[in-house]
Amino acid sequence: MVRPLWTLLQRDISLIVTRRQDVLTVVAFFVIVITLFPLAIGPEPEKLRTIAPGAVWVAAALASLISLDRLFADDWRDGTLEQLALAPQPLALTALAKVLAHWLSLGLPLVILSPALGYALGLQGIELAVLAGSLLLGTPVLSLLGAVGAAMTLGVRGGGALMALLILPLYVPVLILGAGAVNEAMFAAPYQAHLSLLGALLAVALPLLPLAIAGALRITLD
Amino acid sequence: MTLEAERLACRRGELHLFEGVGFALAAGELLFVRGRNGSGKTTLLRTLCGLSEPARGQVRWLGQDIRRLDERAQRQMLYLGHQDAVKDELTPLENLQVHQGLRGERSTLDERLDALEQAGLGGCEEIPARYLSQGQRRRTALARLLISPAALWVLDEPLTALDRRAVAWLFGRIAEHLRRGGLVVTTSHQSIDGLPEPRILELD
Repeated sequence: MVRPLWTLLQRDISLIVTRRQDVLTVVAFFVIVITLFPLAIGPEPEKLRTIAPGAVWVAAALASLISLDRLFADDWRDGTLEQLALAPQPLALTALAKVLAHWLSLGLPLVILSPALGYALGLQGIELAVLAGSLLLGTPVLSLLGAVGAAMTLGVRGGGALMALLILPLYVPVLILGAGAVNEAMFAAPYQAHLSLLGALLAVALPLLPLAIAGALRITLD
Repeated sequence: MTLEAERLACRRGELHLFEGVGFALAAGELLFVRGRNGSGKTTLLRTLCGLSEPARGQVRWLGQDIRRLDERAQRQMLYLGHQDAVKDELTPLENLQVHQGLRGERSTLDERLDALEQAGLGGCEEIPARYLSQGQRRRTALARLLISPAALWVLDEPLTALDRRAVAWLFGRIAEHLRRGGLVVTTSHQSIDGLPEPRILELD
């Protein structure tokens, strides 16, 4: 049971990494969206500091959304998805492995990069750690939610935009908790509650959403 | 070891493709599905391997409902669809290895190389599939048949893009699989002279 999933994880990561442009596009998108805020709002450090948690989180959510567009699309087009659906292991586990590979290669770079961008917007010390920590807990949830949308809109014309409409509202709780944790840290208030809730969301999403993804994929393949 | 279909009815949207299709295919038998374009051959094959859900009726493989197969029964079935499931970025050798890995099958490097050689890909094992011709990609997919332990092969239009020699080779492989007690369900618009006597299912 473990070996097929390991094979899939390795294959997906190596496909994404050898293509390179996927990783570069997502990282560049993340950085550019964040740099738009100072350009639009003005360079006053205090103002930038206030919007920093929200700006980084919104950028991360949008970057996650554009990267998930293609999560299943390639496998669907070349027939690999059919083979995955007919493989001996449950489709939900297969979906989980695909989302994990996607997050490791496209989500984790954002988490690693986030302290640098937070610092550029004026966050410091513990705030940066809380920012990275909240993204570490929150972005996997975004990936799982986005994967449901990606599976539902496979093969639909203009699927990317439709997926954004379906999924962005579901991103709201994660966004509130994630940016909220950093805000709490900025006022030296206890931020642990927000992080715990993010962790709880992840703990719920991890076993349940793969089932939803598998269900959506089966409908697409039918 | 039987594949049974019971009063299958399928529709696509508003379109009723077929109904009342039933058969029982035993070990060593070949089922050839014939019908004009749009008669539902692909839909039938996808239903037989559990990808599509029939509007009515049931498919059973090894006595189990095809939509709820256990791991062992699932392993005993191999489907080859219109799309090859061959990744452009990977070489034929890697494609074969990944495909096996995803199904939890094992083989040695020599067995894989041998399968590719027999499928007529000797010399192209290490070239990314994007540089291969349509026929060579098809052969990459067909090489799976050589190293898979599956008893039931469901092959949708396997002859597409194959040259005459590859067709003869594939027919030979199918005949050998049937002799060993395997089951094959297939469809094609091309001539099937050279295949063992099939049971024929007409869709209209």
